[in-house]
Amino acid sequence: MPARERGKYIYRIARIMQERARELAIIESLDGGKPIRESRDIDVPLAAAHFFYYAGWADKLDYALPGMAAQPLGVAGQIIPWNFPILMAAWKIAPALACGNTVVLKPAETTPLTALKLAEIFRDADLPPGVVNIVTGAGATGAAIVNHPGIDKVAFTGSTDVGKIIQKALAGTTKKYTLELGGKAANIIFEDAAIDQAVEGIVNGIFFNQGHVCCAGSRLFVQESVANEVVRKLKDRMETLIIGDPLDKNTDIGAINSREQLNKIKALVKVGVNEGGDCYQSSCTLPSKGFWFKPTIFTGVAQSSRIVQEEIFGPVLSIQTFRTVEEAVEKANNTPYGLSGGVWSDKGSKVFKVTSKIKAGVLYQHL
Amino acid sequence: METKQKEKIKKVAVGLNGHSHHAETEIRLAVQKTYKLYIDGKFPRTESGRYYKLNDKNGKVIANICRASRKDFRDAVVVARKAQGDWQKKSAFNRSQILYRIAETLETRRLQFVSTLGLQGVSETAAQKEVSAAVDMLVYYAGWCDKYQQVFSSVNPVESSHFNFSFPEPTGVVTAIASPEQGLLNLVSLMAPSLAGGNSIIILAAEKFPLTAIDFAEVLNASDVPGGVVNILTGFSKELHTHFSSHMDVNAIVYAGDNSAELKTIQTNAAGNVKRVVVVQNIAEESPYRIMELQEVKTTWHPVGI
Repeated sequence: MPARERGKYIYRIARIMQERARELAIIESLDGGKPIRESRDIDVPLAAAHFFYYAGWADKLDYALPGMAAQPLGVAGQIIPWNFPILMAAWKIAPALACGNTVVLKPAETTPLTALKLAEIFRDADLPPGVVNIVTGAGATGAAIVNHPGIDKVAFTGSTDVGKIIQKALAGTTKKYTLELGGKAANIIFEDAAIDQAVEGIVNGIFFNQGHVCCAGSRLFVQESVANEVVRKLKDRMETLIIGDPLDKNTDIGAINSREQLNKIKALVKVGVNEGGDCYQSSCTLPSKGFWFKPTIFTGVAQSSRIVQEEIFGPVLSIQTFRTVEEAVEKANNTPYGLSGGVWSDKGSKVFKVTSKIKAGVLYQHL
Repeated sequence: METKQKEKIKKVAVGLNGHSHHAETEIRLAVQKTYKLYIDGKFPRTESGRYYKLNDKNGKVIANICRASRKDFRDAVVVARKAQGDWQKKSAFNRSQILYRIAETLETRRLQFVSTLGLQGVSETAAQKEVSAAVDMLVYYAGWCDKYQQVFSSVNPVESSHFNFSFPEPTGVVTAIASPEQGLLNLVSLMAPSLAGGNSIIILAAEKFPLTAIDFAEVLNASDVPGGVVNILTGFSKELHTHFSSHMDVNAIVYAGDNSAELKTIQTNAAGNVKRVVVVQNIAEESPYRIMELQEVKTTWHPVGI
């Protein structure tokens, strides 16, 4: 098929997603528990925007990959997590289609609904049968995709542990793969930062989507001179967060995705307390039914604490202090992860200097 | 006598575009369209009151076309300058969606364009092909809106402690003179790269294809293109090319005409405020360099240090 016509299919998909955006947002929140405000304003429009964006690349690949004469790989096996179901599906499917590949996609076992709705949209867009295939299931289904000889490329987003299993499984094959794994992002607040804005950013960074975000800002480093102020303001702000019904548009923090995840968060928070961390939770009341967890921060934690080292994937922030720039950088880099990070300061040159020293793939600068 | 009159009215009912709507059963006079200019999202008549006749192949007048004046053009520059800032500030993704929207609207009006291109002497097969090419070209440039800056930007290694980066920005207000031999694709080919790159534009339509130009203005008007971002004039290149190229608040001129004397005047006048002059030889060409011809590159030195 000419690249231009391929692109036009993807544009159609984007348009139909936009037309059905509200429906998709409601299904997404029902299925995964995220606040409707987030699925309505972020997940769904962004997913449609991804299709729209990659549609345009279909006939421009020579400019995206100069000198490469890019050819499709064939069949892409794609495995996505439960934290951003439709957005992850878009990230995976849209570029694969734009480059002329076909797709077998497995949504997470707790959040398959919007991917299946997408299948309906592909059909309505007249996408030829077989170009995108959605298979639901858990780990065994994922393993079947990874190990199938007819798969030419594996794209995985999920936990670091599963990523390692996949990388091992693909050793000795010619399959290409991309792995997008965990994170333990550090936010660094310097004393010259706009503190109120920084607090707002920290709240978004860790409590957005219940902290089910691979680039969640789960570690906070505050310069000692402003630490008390930041923690006080953070606690004040946490008190105003509304936890509850994901379908209520006033809700800030929705439901934890599954019982399994809730248990994991509870277990790690317990470890944090046992290791001597000072745990603070907002005083909100939680709904009696369902999976919920209060916004939580830890102070007085060590670099070696498990809650500082391990990805919790929940609304739990650990806070440490520092005195010098060098100390902040050293502490921020003291993790095996390297996904993202953020720096807050009033001085642009300092922010650039610090971000250049942080070992992570995406850095947010805040001035 | 009565029958004769009926016959006469029937013929008139066949109307402007050669289609008979109710000729068999009813006596009805077709309503003819007044073709005006397109400035600031509105359809004003030329302030000059001048016109030229567009004839069909039998010499019958199809319409009286506005013969835009220097004043019309100057009005258009004022609104184009005013509209450009907001157009540039729109997110690239939003501009992309608006260009795609133009394609959607144009595709649904295919029959209308095939019909009026036919009136202006284009065969139906050629007209069908031209509409398809125009729609596809709009989609092509819609795709570039949020990509050309990615492709043509750079981070530059420098000796000092700076983060140094360069990226293209729109040049501003663009004027364009269409190819005399072409109707629809012509307009899209001049407009789309300019719009994708965040410029506003004033286009002088081909003398032979004013109907298509104003029909296309209606498409723009129905596609969320903000008023003033695209302005379309009808009239004579021989009258307007000097103004298009000498106006001091115009940043670039795109010439798709075939008159070397006009081009030389344009190139000479452009030096007055160092306008970019872009000569389009192949209006069917699709390339991001068509966008880049209407861009300025900005380099920023950002200090890095504690």
